[in-house]
Amino acid sequence: MAAARMQLLSTRNVGILSRGWLTGDGPRVRSLTSPPLCPSPGRALSSVSATRCGLPKERMSENGVSPRAKVLTVDTMNPTVKKVEYAVRGPIVQRAVELEKELSEGIKKPFAEVIKANIGDAHAMVSFFPLYSHTSFYFKVLALCSYPELLNDSRFPEDAKSRARRILQSCGGNSLGSYSASQGIESVRQDVARYIEQRDGGVPCDPDNIYLTTGASDGIVTMLKLLVCGKGATRTGVMISIPQYPLYSAALAELGAVQVNYYLNEEKCWSMDISELRRALDEARRHCNPRALCIINPGNPTGQVQSRQCIEDVIRFAAKERLFLMADEVYQDNVYAEGCQFHSFKKVLFEMGPEYSNTVELASFHSTSKCYMGECGFRGGYMEIINMDEEVKSQLTKLVSVRLCPPVPGQALMDLVVNPPRPGEPSYDNFMRERTATLSALAEKAKLTEQVLNTVQGISCNPVQGAMYSFPCITIPEKAIKEATDKGQQPDMFYCMKMLEETGICLVPGSGFGQKDGTYHFRYTTHDYNILG
Amino acid sequence: MHRMRLLIPWYPRVPLRTESLYFARWSSTGPPEQRGLMRFSTAEAAAKTGPPGRLREKTLTMATLNPQVKAVEYAVRGPIVIKAGDIERGLQQGVKQPFTEVIKANIGDSHAMGQQPITFVRQVVALCCFPELMDSPAFPEDAKQRARRILQDCGGQSLGAYSASQGVDCVRQDIAEYITQRDRGVPSDWNDVYLTTGASDGIMSILKLLVSGEGRSRTGVMIPIPQYPLYSAAISELEAVHINYYLDEANCWALDIEELHRAYLTAKQHCKPRVLCIINPGNPTGQVQSKKCIEDVLHFAYEENLFVMADEVYQDNVYSSDFQFHSFKKVLYEMGPKYFNNVELASFHSTSKGYTGECGFRGGYMEVLNMDPQVKAQLIKLLSVRLCPPVSGQAAMDVIVNPPKEHEPSYAQFTKEKSSILDALAHKARLTEQILNSVPGIKCNPVQGAMYAFPQIFIPPQAIQEAQALSLAPDMLYCLKLLEETGICVVPGSGFGQKEGTYHFRMTILPTPEKLKVLLQKLKEFHLRFLEKYSQQEAQMTSSSQQMSKQPD
Repeated sequence: MAAARMQLLSTRNVGILSRGWLTGDGPRVRSLTSPPLCPSPGRALSSVSATRCGLPKERMSENGVSPRAKVLTVDTMNPTVKKVEYAVRGPIVQRAVELEKELSEGIKKPFAEVIKANIGDAHAMVSFFPLYSHTSFYFKVLALCSYPELLNDSRFPEDAKSRARRILQSCGGNSLGSYSASQGIESVRQDVARYIEQRDGGVPCDPDNIYLTTGASDGIVTMLKLLVCGKGATRTGVMISIPQYPLYSAALAELGAVQVNYYLNEEKCWSMDISELRRALDEARRHCNPRALCIINPGNPTGQVQSRQCIEDVIRFAAKERLFLMADEVYQDNVYAEGCQFHSFKKVLFEMGPEYSNTVELASFHSTSKCYMGECGFRGGYMEIINMDEEVKSQLTKLVSVRLCPPVPGQALMDLVVNPPRPGEPSYDNFMRERTATLSALAEKAKLTEQVLNTVQGISCNPVQGAMYSFPCITIPEKAIKEATDKGQQPDMFYCMKMLEETGICLVPGSGFGQKDGTYHFRYTTHDYNILG
Repeated sequence: MHRMRLLIPWYPRVPLRTESLYFARWSSTGPPEQRGLMRFSTAEAAAKTGPPGRLREKTLTMATLNPQVKAVEYAVRGPIVIKAGDIERGLQQGVKQPFTEVIKANIGDSHAMGQQPITFVRQVVALCCFPELMDSPAFPEDAKQRARRILQDCGGQSLGAYSASQGVDCVRQDIAEYITQRDRGVPSDWNDVYLTTGASDGIMSILKLLVSGEGRSRTGVMIPIPQYPLYSAAISELEAVHINYYLDEANCWALDIEELHRAYLTAKQHCKPRVLCIINPGNPTGQVQSKKCIEDVLHFAYEENLFVMADEVYQDNVYSSDFQFHSFKKVLYEMGPKYFNNVELASFHSTSKGYTGECGFRGGYMEVLNMDPQVKAQLIKLLSVRLCPPVSGQAAMDVIVNPPKEHEPSYAQFTKEKSSILDALAHKARLTEQILNSVPGIKCNPVQGAMYAFPQIFIPPQAIQEAQALSLAPDMLYCLKLLEETGICVVPGSGFGQKEGTYHFRMTILPTPEKLKVLLQKLKEFHLRFLEKYSQQEAQMTSSSQQMSKQPD
C-alpha cells in the first residue's frame, strides 16, 4: 500500500511537471486533451503491482539528475487504451502471480499453492487433471514440421508424417519459417472449408471466405475494426451480451466504438431473449448507430448453448435491423448437457433460405485454443466471412497483410484440428481415446461443478451446458458490500480477492464480464473440480 | 469483372489525401453507385425477395467502412504481389508466359527463397513440441537442455498453454542477458523486456500508446523516407500524423540531423511531434548508422523530448567490415546518466531476420527503457487482451538469444551454419550492388546491411506520361511491366516513399546466388528494353542524378 501511495504522489508530480514544462514549449492545447485522472479501482490495483518492478528506477531518477517530464505519461497516453479493461488477466491475476512468487520464496500462506481457475487454459491445468493430456497426435505433427529430419524416424506414425509433408509442401521453401499468405496457407484454408461443410451437413463453404487468424481474438478485433466509423450519434454501436467475454468490451473501448449491452436471462439458463435485443437496440439508436451484433455460443462465461430456434430468431432480427452478425463459436465442440446440440449460425442461416443466406453478413470464429485440443499457446484460429462486400473484403485482406501472417505453427495446428486422424489410419484409435477422455472429463467436471456449487448456501449456479466455465451467482452480505465500497472496490472483486488471499484460488469477479446491477458472480474454469473438494 | 477486382484489390476510390504521399493509387472505372449495382446483381435471390426496385444495401460497404482502415497502405504485400500470386497460379495451370517461374524478391522471407533453417533452432522447437523426443539419441544434449528449461517455465510444461502476456519468464531473462552481452555490459532488466508476435506487433503496440490529442495537439510520428510501410500503415490506422524526414540518398542513405530538425519544426506547426522512429540497419535502404549519427539522434530526441523507437531487427545483418551495428541502447548508456535515465526508448528485435529467418514463427521482443511505471501497467494490460504471443515463436526467440556456447556439442555446427548464411548474404549484397550499378539508368547505394537493395531507376518521360494516363505511379508501372515480362516481383519505391521525381524499387538479396544472377541479368535486359521503348535518346543517369540532388520541398 505504501508503494501505491508513492505511486500516486509521483504521478501527480509528473503531471504537474509535464504541464509546467509544456507551457514553456508552446502548445497550451495540451491541457485540454489531458483526460481527467480517475483510475477505476481495478486500474489502481494494477498499477500497484507494476510499480513494484518499476520502483528502483523511479528512485534512481529522483535521486539522480533532475527528474524530467516523460514524453509518455498516463496523462498524455492514448485515452482509448486507458479505457480498455480486461478482467481475465486483471489485478486479481497479478496478485495471484505475486502470491505464487511469495510462496516460492518460502513466505507462509494459509495454502500450499495458487490455483488459477481464472482462464480457460487447459494445458496449465494438466497437473490437476491427468486425464486432460494434450493430444499427442498434434504434437507429433508439429515436431515433424519443425524438424523435418524426423520424417525418417520410424517412431512417428505414417499419418502424422503424411500430414506434416502436406503442410510443409504448402509452405514457402517447405519451411514453417516462411511467411504464409496473409490470409493463411491455401491448403489449410481448403481443409477448413471442407471441415465446415461436413460440420454443417453439406452447406457449401468457399476457401476464399476463410481467413486464418492469430487465435480467435485477432479475428474478432479485426472485424470490429472494419466496422467502426462515424461520429457522435452516427458512431458505430456494437451489441454484446452481458455477461460477455471481456475481449469484446476491451476491443470496443480501444476502437472508440459504442458498447450496446443486451442482457442474457439468468433465470432461464442465460438464454438470449429477442425482446431484450429489441430493447437494447431501440435505446441505443437514440445515441449511436448500432451496426453489429455479437453472439457467443456456447456462452463465455455463461456456458449456455443456444437452441436452433433462438439462433433463427437472432438471424431474423439481424436481417430486419440490418446488423452485421459476429458469431463467436470457439466452444463449438464443448457441449455437455443432454438435449443440447451445437448449431452453427451459418448452417441455420442457410437453412432459412436464400432470402437470408444471400444477404445477412456474418463472420464466425473458431480457434485451436478451446474444445478438446486446448492448444492455446499456438495462437491458431480462423474466421469465415459470409456475404461480405467484395471491396470490403479486399480491404480486409489489405489490413491483415500489414501484420504479414498468422503464426505458421498455429496454422499447422488449425489444419490438424480440422483434419484429424480418420478411421483406418494408425493414429485414429489413440486419438479418439484421448479426445473422448478429454471431452467426457470436461463434461463430468461441468456437471460436478454445478452440483457442488448449488449445495453451497448463497451460491446458485446454472447448468454448464457447454464451454469451460461456470458463472454462479453469489449472495454478498450487506456488511461486505459496505466494506468493499469503502475500499473503492467492486463487491465481487472484494470477494474474489479475499478468496485468493485465504485459499489461493484465483477466480475472476463477475464485474469483469458485466452483470445485472445488484447481482454478483464469479467466473470459474471448470477444468479444475479438485478445488471444490 | 470479378477477376479484375482481384487484380487491383484495395486501391479503388480512396480519396487522395495530400499528406499521405507516394503511394500508387489504382483508378476505378465508373461511379461507385454503378459498381455497387453490378455487384449486387449477382445476389439474385436478394433482388427477387426484396421489395421491387429497391436493392438491399450491405451493412458494411466501402462507404461505411472504418476510414482509418481505408487509409492503410502496405505495398510489400500490395497489388503487385497479389498479381504475382495470380501469375504463379496461372503458370501452374499451364498458362503460357515469357518465363517459367515467378521470382519473389518482394519480401524478406529467407526460407521461402531457399535458406535452410538453423538446425539447433528447429531441434529445440521440435523437442518443445513433442517432449517424448527428449529420450531420442538423435538430439544433442544442449538442445534438450534448452527445451527442458523453456518447458519448465510453460504452464503445464507445454507449448500449448498460454504464457504470461509479457512472455515466458525464462525467455525474457535470456533476452536481458543477451542484450547485456551484446552491449558489452550495459545492464538490461528482464522486467523491461516484452515478447511480441513478430516485431510489427511490438511497434504497433507502442505507437498505440503514444497516440493522443486532437487537431494541433495530435501526436506526430517522425519516420524516415524511404521507410518500411508498416510504419505508415500503423500511423494511418491510428490516425496519428505522419512526419517524414528524408534519408540522404547521395550520402548512402545516411540520416541527417539538419533534416530531422527541418521535419520537426515544419510538423510542429500542425501537430505535436512526440515519436521518432529509426530503422537501423535500414529497411529498405540498407544503410548502417554510425555511432556518431546515433548520438546525434539521441541528443536531438532528448532536446525535443521525443520517444525513440529503434527498429533493430537487422542487427545481425551487417555485411561490410567497415561498419558495425551499434544499438541505440548502448549508445544512450555511453552518453551518460543525463541521457540514459531520461530518454524513453523502445527497441525491437525479431526471429524473422538475422541468420535464422524464422518469419513464420512470428517471434520477437521489445525492450522498453524509462517508461513511466503507470504507462507500463497500461501496456501490460493492453497486451493481456491478446492473451500472449505465440509460444512456439517465444521458444524460437529464446534459441536466438541463447545459442550454443563454445563448449557445447552443437556449437561447431551452429557456428558453421550461421557464418555460411551470413557470408552468403554479404556476397549477395555486393553482387547486387555491382550488377545493378553496371546497368545504365540504374544507380544503387552499397547494401551495408539488412536484406534489400533500393536502387534508383531512371524512368523516361514518355513512360511517366503513360503511367499518369493510367493513374499509376511511374515506378508501379515499371514494376508491373517487369513482373509481366520477366516474372520478377519487386516492390515499387512509391510504396516506401521517395523524393518527388525520383523512382526506385526494393528487391531482396535473398535468392540463391545462381538465381540472383539470373534475376539481375533479366532485370538488366528488361531495363534496357524499357529505356529503348520509352526514350528516343540514350538514358542519361546524369540527368536523374541532378534531380536526385535537389532538396526536398
